[in-house]
Amino acid sequence: MPSRAIPYLKAVVHVLCLLPALYLLQMYRSGALAAEADPTNFITHFTGNWALWLLLADLAITPVRRVHSALSWLVRFRRMVGLYVFFYATLHLLTYVLLFSGYDIAAAIDGVRAGHLAEPWTQLKLIWPTMLDDLKKRRFIQVGLAAWVMLLTLAVTSPQRVLRAMGGRNWKRLHRLIYVVGIAACIHFWWLVKTGVRTPWEVTAVLTVLLLVRLAYSIRRRAKTVKTAAVAGA
Amino acid sequence: MLLRTGAEIPSSEITPKELYEAFQANRRSVLTGLGAMGVAAAAAGFPRMAAAETKLNNLVETKYAVPDRATTPEAKAKSYNNFYEFGEDKSDPAKNAHTLRTRPWSVKVEGLVQKPRTIDDDTIAGYRPMEQRVYRFRCVEAWSMVIPWDGYPLAEFIKAMDPLPSAKYVQFISLADGKQELLPGGIEWPYSEGLRMDEAMNPLTLLTFGSYGETLANQQGAPIRVIVPWKYGFKSAKSIVTIRFVDKQPPTTWNELAANEYGFYSNVNPSVDHPRWSQAHERLLNSNTIFPKYVPTLMFNGYGDQVASMYAGMDLKKNY
Repeated sequence: MPSRAIPYLKAVVHVLCLLPALYLLQMYRSGALAAEADPTNFITHFTGNWALWLLLADLAITPVRRVHSALSWLVRFRRMVGLYVFFYATLHLLTYVLLFSGYDIAAAIDGVRAGHLAEPWTQLKLIWPTMLDDLKKRRFIQVGLAAWVMLLTLAVTSPQRVLRAMGGRNWKRLHRLIYVVGIAACIHFWWLVKTGVRTPWEVTAVLTVLLLVRLAYSIRRRAKTVKTAAVAGA
Repeated sequence: MLLRTGAEIPSSEITPKELYEAFQANRRSVLTGLGAMGVAAAAAGFPRMAAAETKLNNLVETKYAVPDRATTPEAKAKSYNNFYEFGEDKSDPAKNAHTLRTRPWSVKVEGLVQKPRTIDDDTIAGYRPMEQRVYRFRCVEAWSMVIPWDGYPLAEFIKAMDPLPSAKYVQFISLADGKQELLPGGIEWPYSEGLRMDEAMNPLTLLTFGSYGETLANQQGAPIRVIVPWKYGFKSAKSIVTIRFVDKQPPTTWNELAANEYGFYSNVNPSVDHPRWSQAHERLLNSNTIFPKYVPTLMFNGYGDQVASMYAGMDLKKNY
């Protein structure tokens, strides 16, 4: 892949990653979203699923790149896709805060229109106790929020400047958290569905394969390093 | 004491033979909607496949209404169903349930009854005039709808079946047929639900054949289900093939899967949380708006006047 093709390819990936969000926007504008039986539930699943699928796609980049050295350019898309994971995860979290928790959006909007700019904040304070209660009691919310906080950390530290400031080694170590995010997201999903429901098995299977490939690679590399070291020592 | 609702009729007052004759007479006169489509399809040489919903005639208007809430748009009620036999997502049943063959259909009545028997659906549907009742419908997942159901009180049917005085519970078993249904793993099929006898005999409990003035859509549990409006939706068994009278609390599907989440009673109760969400409020799905409408959940789904007395003295936090 010639380097000058990368910017064009990046534009394509941007569009691809934005397509789900644009689709949702189009559903909203056409009225299709309102006609959904339960729009709140639809948006929650839509944003959550895309966050998870993009996360798996992101985690797949490294193993695919290692297949052949000609694919090494793929690594340049890893951070970008990761930021879209954060984007959809944030939409997912906002859906919980603004639609699921009982937040009165209509009142907030009416308030702003009437000139009470603090109304959205007032509404948020009203549902705050409910959300805290949820967070205290419900482990699927705890693990979900933890995954989002980790993603936030990775997003904040993603610029090149931060990487330089942190040093490559530390940065890399921190960004391995993406694997923990993947595991946390799957646990979030399993803890959410009813006992007996197996919907999350597909994403879990893909994640497991990706983690195993990762593990196999690092074991092999370690073995190689030891051998090389032994040879060098002799 | 078998029944506490005043609806009790001693076994001796019911003559099964006479009633059976009444069944036969009624099925000819009352039932137009249910039979017509199937007969026409058979006559035209169509394969016996799932028929579309057909109009129900001669529905009796009732006082059962929800005046303060708009009725849920029919399309929503028929596209958002928990019917795990046809898939785990709530949009799955509407996509997959076309494979359900609702005709011919018969229901086995067995257990502690004078005379166990198998009755076909036309006979059951035609036994009593069908009423249209608009009920609040509250899912355990904290959303709700307002739906017009068509049927008649289950109590009428039970009386005709003449259960023995030793019958304390009624168990409903749903169809489990791998040829017609997906039956995903993780849940033990067939689906089983149950009610205490007084709950089954409560005038609110509706033996249901239709909604919105039409026969039930397959995804709603056609051709025969029950509707128990003061309990969470999963208590209202769908596509019933067996009604069994028993003396002990029967095993019920969700209760067996997760007893801490789904009690046998599962009365709608805003003060008992589901482990994963609060039951104090519900998303009322009865309009085409994006922003959810939250309303406080009512004790017994607002049917306390009719049902609370059945649970007098019971700790409903323990017996959730």
